Amino acid sequence: MTDSKEIKVKEKQEVTTPAEQTIPGLVFTPEVDIFETDRAITLLADIPGVKPEKLNIDLRDNILTITGDVDRLQTADEELLVMEYETGRYYRQFTLSEVIDQTKIDAKLNLGVLRLSLPKVAKAAPRKIAITAG
Amino acid sequence: MIYRRIFGVPGWETKNPFSELENMRRQVDRLYQGLFNPNARPGAGVFPLVNLTESKDRFTIRAELPGVGSEELDIQATANTLSLGGERKIPAEDSEAKYHRRERESGRFSRVISLPGEINPDKVEASLVNGILTIVVSKAEASKPRQISVR
Repeated sequence: MTDSKEIKVKEKQEVTTPAEQTIPGLVFTPEVDIFETDRAITLLADIPGVKPEKLNIDLRDNILTITGDVDRLQTADEELLVMEYETGRYYRQFTLSEVIDQTKIDAKLNLGVLRLSLPKVAKAAPRKIAITAG
Repeated sequence: MIYRRIFGVPGWETKNPFSELENMRRQVDRLYQGLFNPNARPGAGVFPLVNLTESKDRFTIRAELPGVGSEELDIQATANTLSLGGERKIPAEDSEAKYHRRERESGRFSRVISLPGEINPDKVEASLVNGILTIVVSKAEASKPRQISVR
């Protein structure tokens, strides 16, 4: 077990949303890709319908929280005929075991996909300790 | 029977009249669930899932297509159908990248949506904003509601 996974998923619980979220509505778990290189961890999340200003990314105590609110697009004069999908808030949390350089976090939102780049701090790179025979 | 018209599949007609009724009942159940139960997931089974709304002079179709660019979409309209095809590509990352999670899917998709009324195929507008595709189709003159004045 030399390669330990850097991110552990913390699945969203149905009822226990953080107390600061007061708007009632549905909450969804976005689908993500997470990959890692020597330098950074990158997270891609599908959050269609979330505007950049409605996206909130928070990292504290090694817990990464992604929250995105979706605006209702249906206007008042539209009558719903078929609803195959529903919209609501996107919410997902991850525990990061690697130390992240918080000053270099970069987030991009393009075509409803969030790309979050979390660079590792330099000193987290493995160091080899030389042992000299005494 | 909007639902049936939209999701009507070839081979829907069966010889047994009871199975036809049973089918119809199930479809109506699903329609009601979808409309009135916020937790219901009507499984249309074909990507992308769409929401369809109607207003006086137009139909609006919305679909969630994150990561799909406008150049990867192909939309075609006839008098009462709309075909929506394309491909969702997930570009390859750094070859040394080690994946921990891979939930997002890529691939081709294609779907034909039957509209519950005649449309004007020349008046179809599509826009892609934040991963949501919105297609607004104008109704054909014949299917627009007309104001009847009473004398």
